[in-house]
Amino acid sequence: MNSPSQNKPALKLSRHSRDFANKVNSLAHTDTRMCFQCQACYNTCPFVGAMDVTPPAILRLVLLGEDKLVLNSTTIWTCVGCHTCSTICPQNVDMGAVMDALRQIALERGIAPAQPEVLIFHNAILDSIKKYGRTHKLEIMLRYKMKNLDLFSDMDVGLKMLAKRKLDMLPSRVKKIEQVRRLFSYSNGKSNG
Amino acid sequence: MAKKLPKRIPYFPGCSMATTAKENNQSLKAMCESLGHKLIELKDWNCCGSSSAHSLNNGLAIDLASRNLALAPKNRPLLVACPSCLLRLRHAHHHLCRDYEARSQYEKTWDRPFDPDLEIIHYFDLLDRVGLENWPSLKNLRGLSFVAYYGCMLAQPPEMQHYQAHRGLMEKALTTLGAQDRPWGYGARCCGTFLSVVRPDVVAPLVDEIMGAAVQAKADCIVTACAMCHLNLEIRATAKRKIPVMHFSELLAIAMGDAGKKDWFSRHIIDPIPLLRARGIL
Ligand code: SF4
Ligand code: SF4
Repeated sequence: MNSPSQNKPALKLSRHSRDFANKVNSLAHTDTRMCFQCQACYNTCPFVGAMDVTPPAILRLVLLGEDKLVLNSTTIWTCVGCHTCSTICPQNVDMGAVMDALRQIALERGIAPAQPEVLIFHNAILDSIKKYGRTHKLEIMLRYKMKNLDLFSDMDVGLKMLAKRKLDMLPSRVKKIEQVRRLFSYSNGKSNG
Repeated sequence: MAKKLPKRIPYFPGCSMATTAKENNQSLKAMCESLGHKLIELKDWNCCGSSSAHSLNNGLAIDLASRNLALAPKNRPLLVACPSCLLRLRHAHHHLCRDYEARSQYEKTWDRPFDPDLEIIHYFDLLDRVGLENWPSLKNLRGLSFVAYYGCMLAQPPEMQHYQAHRGLMEKALTTLGAQDRPWGYGARCCGTFLSVVRPDVVAPLVDEIMGAAVQAKADCIVTACAMCHLNLEIRATAKRKIPVMHFSELLAIAMGDAGKKDWFSRHIIDPIPLLRARGIL
């Protein structure tokens, strides 16, 4: 009766895999082990077509300790945190928070994002908040385009927004800006693209 | 939840309402005034951190949102109009409620006690509490058909799902005011948020699908309550057949007697003026 395969566990998790999953769980305040792979999130995510690993596969890979695969995926940079998936997840997994956690671990480890434009964009926003306390859309767009070496695509949209007075020339500012800037040093706010 | 709201309500506008969507901001204030409430802008508020802060640095996201919580006057609710700012502020408040260390850090930084009872509300909560039957309705929206577009504003992460989502509020309000609701399947489809900038190639087809479905539903316009959704639907729709995208607050302000603010509508990229004229609303 005892075939060798019955004695061996199908899968042996290493210490390392558990550490990785634990770190993700604690950063995200959610439990990735709860996922039973029903694929509901995969079926509702509007951006799954632009991801190289599906959201439920990310969760499984986290549990398996496949940190490199996960942290180098386009998925963690494509997810916009819209919560479409967590709203229907029968197991209450907070996917958006998992993706936030993975991005933060990737940054900590200095892993170059598989979707570099996303990081450039987020940093342009954070720089603007640091400078003015609020986002100055026109400057953000110009800086994003310059860093991304892509000044001319999407020009028509920018011009339309200017014509419709949607991009103010001057920023709106927080008066006590030093209070906002201090937060960046507390939280070690990374803001260099 | 059903506490009576004060006449003067502290208000967090957020960056989009203050800049790209001024028409949304102005119509919201006009609409609230018709309901007897004045929105008082939080003094020296700062950006809630948007999608970017929590994407890269959760601590910073909480800190940026917290500064605004510390600016909120005591014993009054704080009204937020942008669904995404609302989520950021509520999330920070929720975090401070459950994390003792974060709370004492907050009290040290801002030199004031943390208020666990601060109510952070959306203007949907205000509409809900005032009660449809008590709205002053001067102008009928009869003849105008619409699809209600909520984007991701009804979606909440698991730990925030105790907040009321007000599903169907826009449909109920607008049909009561005489407009016709056209059922469709895209009311909760995400608009793409910042991917609209970073990956227009991904977002344009999604927006086209949403716009196409609205046209197919035979709606005159799409109604949205989020400034970001509004912008993305307007700038990323590439199909020839486009219908105007209205801010919910604009339609309410018109219905409550504040029509004729053509300045709002001239800021739209898809011109709604011919439609509003044709329906006798402007
Ligand atoms: S919806 Fe929830 S349980 Fe289902 S696969 Fe996605 S994360 Fe797992
Ligand atoms: S939160 Fe992320 S994974 Fe979930 S539906 Fe939205 S984009 Fe997709």
